[in-house]
Amino acid sequence: MPITHAHTIFPAQKNDDDALCVQVRDLNFSYPDGHMALAGVSIKLCDGDKVALVGPNGAGKSTLMLHLNGILGGHGEVEIKGQRLTRDNLPAIRAMVGLVFQNPDDQLFSPTVFEDVAFGPLHMGLPEDEVRARVDAALEAVRMSSYKDRLSHHLSVGEKKRIAIATVLSMNPSILILDEPSAGLDPRARRTLINLLRELPITMLVSTHDMTLVQELFPRTIVMDEGRVVADGLTSEILEDEKLLTAHGLEKP
Amino acid sequence: MHFDAFDRYHEKESFIHHLDPRVKAVVTIVFIVSNALLPDGAWTAFIFAWLFLLLANALSRLGITYTIKRSLIALPFALIAVTILFSMPGEPIASFKLLMWNLTVTDTGFLRFVSILIRSWLSVQLAILLVATTRFPDLIHAFEHLRVPAILTTIIAFLYRYLFVLTDEVLRLLRARESRSAASAGKRSGGGVLWRAKVAGNMAGQLFLRSYERSDRIYNAMLSRGYTGHLYTLNPHEMKPRDYFVTAFAIAIIFIVQIIGRL
Repeated sequence: MPITHAHTIFPAQKNDDDALCVQVRDLNFSYPDGHMALAGVSIKLCDGDKVALVGPNGAGKSTLMLHLNGILGGHGEVEIKGQRLTRDNLPAIRAMVGLVFQNPDDQLFSPTVFEDVAFGPLHMGLPEDEVRARVDAALEAVRMSSYKDRLSHHLSVGEKKRIAIATVLSMNPSILILDEPSAGLDPRARRTLINLLRELPITMLVSTHDMTLVQELFPRTIVMDEGRVVADGLTSEILEDEKLLTAHGLEKP
Repeated sequence: MHFDAFDRYHEKESFIHHLDPRVKAVVTIVFIVSNALLPDGAWTAFIFAWLFLLLANALSRLGITYTIKRSLIALPFALIAVTILFSMPGEPIASFKLLMWNLTVTDTGFLRFVSILIRSWLSVQLAILLVATTRFPDLIHAFEHLRVPAILTTIIAFLYRYLFVLTDEVLRLLRARESRSAASAGKRSGGGVLWRAKVAGNMAGQLFLRSYERSDRIYNAMLSRGYTGHLYTLNPHEMKPRDYFVTAFAIAIIFIVQIIGRL
């Protein structure tokens, strides 16, 4: 059974600029080998939005995500919380945008869980007490408090994923960006993750192939294909549009 | 799939386990340097150094023979010193012919060779005890706080983290090769040596490419969390009076061993 959400207004249609969290205007990007990954992408996210980003492999989802905190820099405009992304405010933007990579082995690069979760806050220059408090809070949020002193390579994939989310939560981001969070998880770990994502009170943009997850968790869906946004609307409507789904290699859950 | 064979840490509650990692690191290094400085044939000093080692073993509650069993891994490296047997000038004690060489073992050469074996055997044992009683991340912190350059500690930390990931990757590659190394009925599996070498070379190349791409992704993950070229860590350790006492005590013993060795 899909969970019904309390969103009555379609978030992107609210014309309240204060509540704008992410705004991308006409973003273009080509990889060095000439492959055009993004061709004029524009999206808007408001505070509190939980948005799914779907589309076939190579549609440009990950590339778009890497633009939102300035890892990649294409032509076009990226605005986070009303601040335009430039070279100078890159550190500030990165503190606001929490990006969780698909492979937790890439995300967790420190020997212990504590060090990994503390990495962000420490590099933001926070004092020690504050860092420790944030690490505790972040691990608490993903229900992994008892894992603080564990070694990263001893964890299961599901545990690694949750710790990976904690590593950015500790930076108190304004928006959480997840790349295929449910890939490679067994049903139980997937369920735990879904519950976790539902509870986190934070703006979210999640790329995924898991359409059941989309249906359950996200009121709004953006469909990308060949570097373009081909649909952006209520998940319930998009999932009913079979012509759209088939045209972009997606399946109804 | 999980590969864990490198982790030599043994979880235990013991006096040695609870020491500050800096103390253990410093004492181990001082012990190794002291062994290297002992003159050839300082048998009494070697015995005292060994007793010191046994005491450390006993206090770690891993068992008195714990490090002896594991010290054999260092033997092949110590054997590099075997040329000393023949190259030191002195009284000949044995002589034999190997292929086209006439080899003569001298007494001073023999004395030095045995001394080198004992020195390296003792040193390796305390190092083994160090990694068995100290979690690796703590060890890295210890070196950080002992002012080892950050670039070195960082490299070691990453090496430690990704050694396991890489070994898993290698195991996967090997398994993929094995599961496709089939043979038709009545024929030998695989081609000639050259062909096999080529396959192995391709696999090594694959591994390098994958690691290279992974390093890129890791770097992106670091950038995303505010990395600008400086690594910051928190120090979870604090020197207690006991730690200072143990350091002083251990270094005093090592010093006495040095004096005994030079008498």
